[in-house]
Amino acid sequence: MLQFITAILTSLSAGAIYALMSTALVLVWRSTRVINFAQAGQAVLTTYIGYEVTVRTGSYWYGLIAAIITGALIGATIDRFFMRPIFKRIKSGPIVMIAPVVATLGLLGIIQAIIGFIWGLSYQTLAAPVSTDGYKISGTVIAFSPFNLMVLLSVTITMVLLTVLFQKTNIGLALRASAYSPEIAKLSGIKVDAVRTLGWAIAGAAGGLAGMLYIPNSYLYPNGMDVLLVFGFISAVIGGLDSLFGAVAGAMILGFAINFVATYISYKLVFPTAFVILILVLLVKPGGLFSSSKGRKD
Amino acid sequence: MSLVVENLTIDHGAIRAIDNVSFTVPTGQLAAVIGANGAGKTTLLRTLSGLKESKSGSATWNGKSILGARPEDLARSGIMHVSDGKSVIAELTVKENLALAGLWRKDKKDVAAVTSEVVDLFPVLGQRMSQASGSLSGGERQMLAIGRTLIARPKLLLLDEPSLGLAPLIIEQIFQTIKSLVAKMNLTVVLVEQNAMGALKIADEGIVLNLGSVVAVDSAQTLLNDPAVRAAYLGF
Repeated sequence: MLQFITAILTSLSAGAIYALMSTALVLVWRSTRVINFAQAGQAVLTTYIGYEVTVRTGSYWYGLIAAIITGALIGATIDRFFMRPIFKRIKSGPIVMIAPVVATLGLLGIIQAIIGFIWGLSYQTLAAPVSTDGYKISGTVIAFSPFNLMVLLSVTITMVLLTVLFQKTNIGLALRASAYSPEIAKLSGIKVDAVRTLGWAIAGAAGGLAGMLYIPNSYLYPNGMDVLLVFGFISAVIGGLDSLFGAVAGAMILGFAINFVATYISYKLVFPTAFVILILVLLVKPGGLFSSSKGRKD
Repeated sequence: MSLVVENLTIDHGAIRAIDNVSFTVPTGQLAAVIGANGAGKTTLLRTLSGLKESKSGSATWNGKSILGARPEDLARSGIMHVSDGKSVIAELTVKENLALAGLWRKDKKDVAAVTSEVVDLFPVLGQRMSQASGSLSGGERQMLAIGRTLIARPKLLLLDEPSLGLAPLIIEQIFQTIKSLVAKMNLTVVLVEQNAMGALKIADEGIVLNLGSVVAVDSAQTLLNDPAVRAAYLGF
């Protein structure tokens, strides 16, 4: 019973982290039709900055704020000075599909190289602001700590805030309209380019938060979030790539599947499980389980 | 004060879609651009609203060049374009679709005022405010698309085939609404239509396009009575 409850709790906190990454990927995909492979690099770079601020100020919280803000700035910068010029130059032909993929993969490599250059390739540890020792229930220590609880709460609050932003504010309406139909949005007077950059900024901030919540349970190194990129991507595909709700639901499905397999069968099966789910979804419902849109109409 | 198009040439890939086209639409007038499928009507409108680049020539609105400007900037300066017949965002509600054209406007009081004007004009939209636009009928979508442009208090309205796919009775209703808007909302309208008869009946003047070239510009009444135009475009 205790094992079962622990599996549920760890699934939730793991799913929460995947949800941040998949949300970031979906935000960029919706606004720009780009799978942003650089997301892993952006997130780990902002986590290094958060780590640096944490070390210098002695406060994880300052580090967290720094990671979120620089995450947003880096995301906006990449869109404004990298993706937008690429899309301006390439308008038709197969290269439209390929160029952004190659561009974000290249960017991932560049960012990770820069990190290696500045901070070196060794593993760093980032101390969590609250205990990472598991709670003790009737004498048994479970694999769920106060920090895991903090992760779960932070992500829940973030998702509620994002939902309010998207559903209840004018900026959110502009973000949704620009994602569903850039052409109609433009013809209605919305500055779609600027709105896209904002989408990249929010995605970057989510990546920064993901890093600061993930790394204390792991290690900080240039490739430290590559696994999260893969899990975030699988979550996003399960959810239909287009839907924020789907991104979170997909992340939870993945979180539960992975953690239950790890708890009851073997942790060695974590990766195969993730990919089996991905392939099953692609075979059975390639549009994802929760797609909100029937494709973009422009 | 007018829309002046001079020697406008537009390429669509390797094809010349619009070839050396000139016409003038004085403010407060409704001009119908008619012609068969492939005459270049849609390309012309998309260029005037900034969605497409032109090859050469000029287009000015009240003396200011509009070619090469971004669609969102043109929209904000009062040039609104309703693209091909289903220009609503299906995933958004009716209310949200209407709100889009008022998001950037500073005068929120006027946005509210004009929104209720639009609802008075199209009462069916008022009944469906919180419904997803995807659930609307073709005619209702067209009303929503036109209604949305009005929220921005446009000066020049570019309408692309508002009759496309609609039942005859609804077409008549939409055309009459468009005609009434010209005076009511102080508009200048360029109406692109394959339904040449319906369009010419409400228009002040007509521009006949054929394979990218202007073949006739005259008052709508004269065109309606012109045997050659009747034979080629009105079908009788």
